[in-house]
Amino acid sequence: MAGSGKAHLRNSEEIILRVEDLTMEFPAGGKKFVRAVSGISFDIERGETLAIVGESGCGKSTLGKAILQLPKPTSGSVNFQGEELTTLNKDALRDIRPAMQMIFQDPVSSLDPRLSVAKIVDEPLKIWDRGDEMWRSNKVDELLNAVGLDPALVRDRRSYEFSGGQCQRISIARSLALEPLLLICDEPVSALDVSVQAQILNLLQDMKERYGLTLIFISHDLAVVKAVSTRIMVMYLGKVCEISAPDELYSRPRHHYTHALVSSVPIPDPNVAARRTTLEGEPPSPMDPPSGCRFRTRCPGATDLCAQEEPQLHEVSAGHYVACHWPRP
Amino acid sequence: MSNLAPMLSLRDFSVSFDTARGPLYAVRNVNIDVADGESLGIVGESGSGKTVLSRGAMGLLPKRAAHRSGTVVYDDHDLSQVPRKELREYWGTGMAMIFQDPMTALNPVRKIGSQLTEGLRIRLQMSKTDAQARGIELLTRVRIPDPEAVMEKYPFQLSGGMRQRVMIAIALACKPRLLFADEPTTALDVTVQAQVMQLLSELRHEMGMSMVIVTHDLGVVAGHTDRIAVMYAGEVVEIAPTKQLFANMQMPYTEALMKSIPRLDAPSGLRLPVISGRLPDPTQPETGCSFASRCPYVTDKCRAEAPPLVEISPGHSYRCWFPIGGSR
Repeated sequence: MAGSGKAHLRNSEEIILRVEDLTMEFPAGGKKFVRAVSGISFDIERGETLAIVGESGCGKSTLGKAILQLPKPTSGSVNFQGEELTTLNKDALRDIRPAMQMIFQDPVSSLDPRLSVAKIVDEPLKIWDRGDEMWRSNKVDELLNAVGLDPALVRDRRSYEFSGGQCQRISIARSLALEPLLLICDEPVSALDVSVQAQILNLLQDMKERYGLTLIFISHDLAVVKAVSTRIMVMYLGKVCEISAPDELYSRPRHHYTHALVSSVPIPDPNVAARRTTLEGEPPSPMDPPSGCRFRTRCPGATDLCAQEEPQLHEVSAGHYVACHWPRP
Repeated sequence: MSNLAPMLSLRDFSVSFDTARGPLYAVRNVNIDVADGESLGIVGESGSGKTVLSRGAMGLLPKRAAHRSGTVVYDDHDLSQVPRKELREYWGTGMAMIFQDPMTALNPVRKIGSQLTEGLRIRLQMSKTDAQARGIELLTRVRIPDPEAVMEKYPFQLSGGMRQRVMIAIALACKPRLLFADEPTTALDVTVQAQVMQLLSELRHEMGMSMVIVTHDLGVVAGHTDRIAVMYAGEVVEIAPTKQLFANMQMPYTEALMKSIPRLDAPSGLRLPVISGRLPDPTQPETGCSFASRCPYVTDKCRAEAPPLVEISPGHSYRCWFPIGGSR
């Protein structure tokens, strides 16, 4: 898997973000490097929700942060609305940042416990000196209302007084304050209960429509992303396995890894759950990835070719790309 | 429930905590039996009291802060009368627990081997060499590759899935008869979650253990339990054999929990059904049904009067005035 290639990149005026050959390496002592992201390319059209799915350690969070240049990627290009972010200087990059916001996995620890909710949501507006105090106060109320919190009740309270789901609502309000174009959501619901998870997913959908957002939704759970995404990119050990629209991906996963991920999702039915297959073992170390296809060590369909040659992304049906020498039927 | 005397039996079990706003009722009048070799799932949202229930049953709650009432009978011994010091006699060999967070439940400055053999050395008085050999055997049993090397490692050197396997090995070390697993897979990836649940089920059959799995996700326990108890606001609101519960759920809360699970077989791009509102304040018990404020089918009767637990078929009970299967 886990191939490279750019066959899936589109040529459209609606593309707002195009990432090419992005790599991110971290020194790991001696002359070793952790290759968290190894040559990833993808693009996003305005209004799309791209889900990036994979196991822990596949590089999906690193990729999300690398887009925001946090920190700058080791190599490759990130083109956001015609600007090449990797070559921008600090000030120019800072001017672009309001258009790209992020919400984080742990809603509780990503809010400052000493600030009131109003201050948390107001902070980006204040830093960017938007409007006067009156305007900002109204804007904060509008944002809190939009995410389903009653400003009169929550404004003066602190984040620790709220549940995980409510804290995630506050995070979302804060991320929308500067009216971004692109919102990167890094596992926004994996710390939440199933019932609250559904509320936050619906809220993100609402916010997307209301504010015209483009979303990158990072998650390890295919069932969660199914509800929100328009396109899904499956990652394994720093490489792309498969890209497709959700319905096609779920009904006919072509990559063996995608198939394993799909069959790992628990099915709430006692009659079905007993006969599932699971993926054996854990991903190899990104410091010393396998040759050829990176998934071959756990792949039921691996052959000698997979060890010798890295598969490239190729189109198997309209809009459905897979990096595998032996894709599933 | 079987005709045999259950291994663990909770009767009118309640737990409350002292808070600045008065007593907080975390678990209210729970009656649950766990039979020999049975696997029971306890399902509910955060704050439903499921963790407090399992810890309370084992006697793991802080003594000063928590008030317990009712009885906990384990193997004909009423644990509610046993002094805390003597409770240790039941831990490890009788009952053991796997905690939710494999990152924080292990001691970061001690090697895996030392944490794994501690129970063997103290509870079973094994010699160092025997304990070491048994430790390696346990790690093999939970499918950890290269167990000799892992014995010499520290928790931070292992992945989340590996740490959870170590936690399972520690809990199984003294061959408990009853294993509590508190959200055993919540901190894990979906793929690893499937592996760990599979492993727990296999080990239960191999060792003939009883198991109580505590989780917020009905999907996780569907294929791995014999019975499921659904908890809401400290009460058991529905309890039934697993297949019966999925086929014929009665309580609207169970239905709502079920519907909020994102499913692969649902069409994409649809809104997920949600349970609006939130759990009632546990310091202010409601007069009526505890789910009334969030229930889509609520009536005046539900707000005024708490429904009793009624049995609809053997082993299937629920609390609702207007059950889903009934005439609504």
